[in-house]
Amino acid sequence: MNHKVHKVDLCESCAQAKGVTDPSGFSLADLLLKASLNPEPDTVTGLRCEQCGFTPEEFKKTGRFGCPQCYETFTDIVSPMLDNMHKGTVHVGKVPERALLRKQLHDRLHNLETSLSEAIKSERYEDAAKFRDEIVQVREEAGLAPTPTS
Amino acid sequence: MPLSIDNLISARAELTDNSSTKCPVVLMTRIRLARNLASHNFPGRAQAVERREVFAQCREAVMATKALKRGVSMAVNELEPLHRQVLVERHLISRELSNSSEGAGAIINKDQSVSVMINEEDHLRIQVLRNGLQLKRAWNAIDTLDTALEGTLDYAFSPRLGYITACPTNVGTGMRGSAMMHLPALVIAGQMEKVVRAVNQLGMVVRGLFGEGSDASGSMFQISNQTTLGESEVDIVKRLQNVLQSIVDHEMNARAKLLETNPAKLPDKIGRAYGVLKHGHIISSSEAMNLLSLVRLGVDLGYFPDELRTGIDRLFIEAQPGHISHRSGQKNLNSEQRDELRATHLREEFANFTTPGYASAVGEN
Ligand SMILES: [Zn+2]
Ligand SMILES: [Zn+2]
Repeated sequence: MNHKVHKVDLCESCAQAKGVTDPSGFSLADLLLKASLNPEPDTVTGLRCEQCGFTPEEFKKTGRFGCPQCYETFTDIVSPMLDNMHKGTVHVGKVPERALLRKQLHDRLHNLETSLSEAIKSERYEDAAKFRDEIVQVREEAGLAPTPTS
Repeated sequence: MPLSIDNLISARAELTDNSSTKCPVVLMTRIRLARNLASHNFPGRAQAVERREVFAQCREAVMATKALKRGVSMAVNELEPLHRQVLVERHLISRELSNSSEGAGAIINKDQSVSVMINEEDHLRIQVLRNGLQLKRAWNAIDTLDTALEGTLDYAFSPRLGYITACPTNVGTGMRGSAMMHLPALVIAGQMEKVVRAVNQLGMVVRGLFGEGSDASGSMFQISNQTTLGESEVDIVKRLQNVLQSIVDHEMNARAKLLETNPAKLPDKIGRAYGVLKHGHIISSSEAMNLLSLVRLGVDLGYFPDELRTGIDRLFIEAQPGHISHRSGQKNLNSEQRDELRATHLREEFANFTTPGYASAVGEN
């Protein structure tokens, strides 16, 4: 009697072999991934991620991207694939608010510092003073040391 | 003094020692989040130097969180193969991580309910385990931990695609919620195919408990969400909860039906399993899973006292090959030697086990 229990193998691959998994099942994600790429490589040859050097061929081989930037680089390939794979096309869940705020402040600070050095270079000292005050304020907001060391 | 692997293995664990929940069908709930750092190549693409850099940065952030402040931190390439195997058998690290080297590692808390893998497929794989069916609690715990990490780490995140992951199947929430379910009656009644098909249609996936490529020993199945983009974490949890609840109901119905149509069949299977566990001298790991599965069903049916369920759940883990070898303290045991040691361990455990009372509450559930 126990042997009957042994025989029911329902791992993904056996289930597939037995035709158990529905077309909408998990294994389809991989299939779609391959299928949506198959006609592509010729038309996109030469495409390469600037950040990590990944090519569509490498993605096709591994099913994994090389770096976060790849999603921008290969957006024409990624978008239809994600459409087929997921419930929706746009993220509706959690957002890393503190990390985003940090990035925002960082970008603002960077812009202000550029403006400051330009103002100094062209001897607009009133503007420079204004930018300096703003920098102090933003650094405070970001929880950074009040004065830049430069 | 930092916790060592051996201390960790012998410590009380959420999955094996926590008897607070009496859950007949769901053994455990797990949620994992995939996260990556914004300005680094994914682990599969990164060179050794970058992997080490990411490891150091993530490790520092993880060790600073409340959940893992006193956890064990380990680099995979410094772990003995046997310890890696034990961690895989406890669901604390993945097989993929256990096979990788440079810059790969994990941080695990003492009761082993939280583990964070670094440089697996993604820079971070955060995981929270709970015994029984506790999806919402698992989500709350992992949400808090993730928010703490995001306080210092710059995650790769796009407003449109959400959390960016190495594999496009995880993009969006990066979340996989799952439950390990014990479904012996559905297996015996030959209804698993039907269940798998129905679950697939609801956008969920069914696998054997011990991951890809292994069979469903012990009638254990892992059910998890398939998609991660276009649905919020809370909605995924809700939907998964509904699917799991309906599988629990089906399993309970199948049990009632089996008892009704052939009242001697289940007690006979369970009694025989108990006999082999108590008196066997050679037991393979898949046989052990199947025998333990039947005795667990016996607990659910009231043939054994409820408290024994926790002990059986512990044995599901301890009967696996890595645990048997580790317990013996001998390296390089072959499978025949392990089968004997496994039987000895099970005999010792079952010597103290209550004799079943088959007249007990049938259909009480
Ligand atoms: Zn790239
Ligand atoms: Zn050890």
